Amino acid sequence: MKSKLTSNERVSNLLKRSYDEAFEAKAKGQPVGWATSVFPQELPQAFGLKVCYPENHAAALAAKKQSLELCSVAEEIGYSMDVCAYARTNFGFLEKGGNDVLNIPFPDFLLCCNNICNQTIKWYENISRKLNIPLIMIDTPFNMEDEVSSERVDYMEGQMDEAIKQLEGISGKKLDPKRLEKVMEISVENGRLWKKAMDMTSANPSPMNGFDLFSYMAAIVCARGREETTLIFETLIEELKERINHGKTTFRSEEKYRIMMEGIPCWPHIGHKMKVLTKYGVNMTGSVYPDAWALEYEANDVRGMAKAYSLMFNNVNLKKMTQYRTNSLIKGKCDGAFYHMNRSCKLMSLLQYEMQRQIQAATGLPSASFDGDQADPRCFTKAQFETRIQALVEVMEERS
Amino acid sequence: MKTIYTIGLDIGSTTSKGIVLKNGKDIVVNSIVPFGTGTFGPQRVMEELLKGAEITREDIDQLVVTGYGRVHFPGADKQVSELTCHAKGARYLLPTAETVIDIGGQDAKVMKLNEKGNLMNFVMNDKCAAGTGRFLDVMARIIGVDVSELGPISGKANQIASISSTCTVFAESEVISHLSSQIPVEDIVAGVHESVAKRVSSLAKRAGIQGNIVLVGGVSKNTGVVKAMERALDTPIMTHESAQLTGAIGSAIYAYNDFTKHMKE
Repeated sequence: MKSKLTSNERVSNLLKRSYDEAFEAKAKGQPVGWATSVFPQELPQAFGLKVCYPENHAAALAAKKQSLELCSVAEEIGYSMDVCAYARTNFGFLEKGGNDVLNIPFPDFLLCCNNICNQTIKWYENISRKLNIPLIMIDTPFNMEDEVSSERVDYMEGQMDEAIKQLEGISGKKLDPKRLEKVMEISVENGRLWKKAMDMTSANPSPMNGFDLFSYMAAIVCARGREETTLIFETLIEELKERINHGKTTFRSEEKYRIMMEGIPCWPHIGHKMKVLTKYGVNMTGSVYPDAWALEYEANDVRGMAKAYSLMFNNVNLKKMTQYRTNSLIKGKCDGAFYHMNRSCKLMSLLQYEMQRQIQAATGLPSASFDGDQADPRCFTKAQFETRIQALVEVMEERS
Repeated sequence: MKTIYTIGLDIGSTTSKGIVLKNGKDIVVNSIVPFGTGTFGPQRVMEELLKGAEITREDIDQLVVTGYGRVHFPGADKQVSELTCHAKGARYLLPTAETVIDIGGQDAKVMKLNEKGNLMNFVMNDKCAAGTGRFLDVMARIIGVDVSELGPISGKANQIASISSTCTVFAESEVISHLSSQIPVEDIVAGVHESVAKRVSSLAKRAGIQGNIVLVGGVSKNTGVVKAMERALDTPIMTHESAQLTGAIGSAIYAYNDFTKHMKE
């Protein structure tokens, strides 16, 4: 009898297949795209275009200890150390002509949506100029206000229409509205299942090592519009139900404390971080990532989709950002919060002091922060990380 | 009743400190060796403590280590973060302490205590060595004085020279530039103190200062920094002559509490 694949195996298979498909498309002379992590992937997916995700790729390269060399290459050709380390890793990757440890095909077109970060515009413009390839840009103005005005939705919807025309030119096909509707339906469902699965980790004890979230995140980033992703999250939900029923978990220690971790992980030091958290019995049960790809819109509503992408959690005002974190602390039944002062990410780090203060006032929970970087290993010290999590543990212990 | 001896060691990046505590209350002996983790400092402190208290390692009921070097010291019963230890130590030395500021060798921290003296929350510096003891060490070396002389020197200042850079390396060149311009050393040292105080006080304000403020750690011996901090925070700051031992005292108290808790169990 053929044994059923686990969700983890399914993620690995899907990622491998995605990379293979991108290389195969390239080999056949079909255009391959590069996209930012929360670009409306429904559009290229509806055209059957293969897309790779440089942020995901940079994170994987960093976890595989490749980013320092690639960042250094980018710095040698003139990029400042203050440029995001994902971008520097990607620039180094382009400059070196690839990477033996983890490769992706070079792009023929670019898909950039600045709902996650404004620096991506310059990052993608640079690639566009360097490789002389088209850049499809979806500009989502920052939502200082609580609601997205209809004028803004008009502006973004207009860009979606333009993007469709550009993709028709790139793919040489007319858009099949039925296909787009189907992809939108799958994407919404996958976003819903992703959030449902991640929300299940709030059970006590949590059925999952919090850092497992990042393995599954690869699927929701790179393959949100694919049916295989639906199966991954359905399988994961079954596994989590099973573990909750039997009081089991993938966390490798007794779960003494539950925290929300804010910010992108320090990928080059992810092993050390997991080891230290396990040592102190600290599990991550709170995160804002479950909300990142849970985009809600109707399957045939491009206008609604434009609005949903504009409201991605990085593109909202301080009040909403604070609400997201406060809710995740409450939902995750957390004892404290641990903030990553990420040198790369100006958007998430520079408002962290005030966000942390407001969240603390709202929840009364203790917090601590540490210095690091998502891909540049030079900005992190092991001793500082351990001292701060240990002190946070002692405060949580004192309060319990 | 049996006498309970506990040892608290605070192994910092530049200095090792330790005390022997009797029955959770009385400091029998202390030791400060100006060499930190990775040197002979911690071992020397242990030897001095045992010799001074006329006891052996076997007489020690619990040994707790804190500080940057805590994870590398062999033979400790427990390692505790310096934040918890500074909080406990500060309350021992100054029982009315509510906000504790520690300017250590390589970091600065602001701790808030509850009415029982337990650590409730803390904020630490980010990214660099500005506003830490190391900053003062570097500046003392450039000026050509011992770090312990900085306080008295700044007391003679007529003006405060501007040290605007928070980067230790850039601030170093500012100090050199002031020296070249014949600005009095006293004024330059006052400027160095002002620079540290501004950096740490903004951290303290961010943490939200409350009640009595205590400055601990080696830098609290520097009267110039204390005065500059009082100006920056516009409030009096308490210090204690044994403030450099705060972490060691706190870890010895932690050791006593932990030992007696397990005795009861």
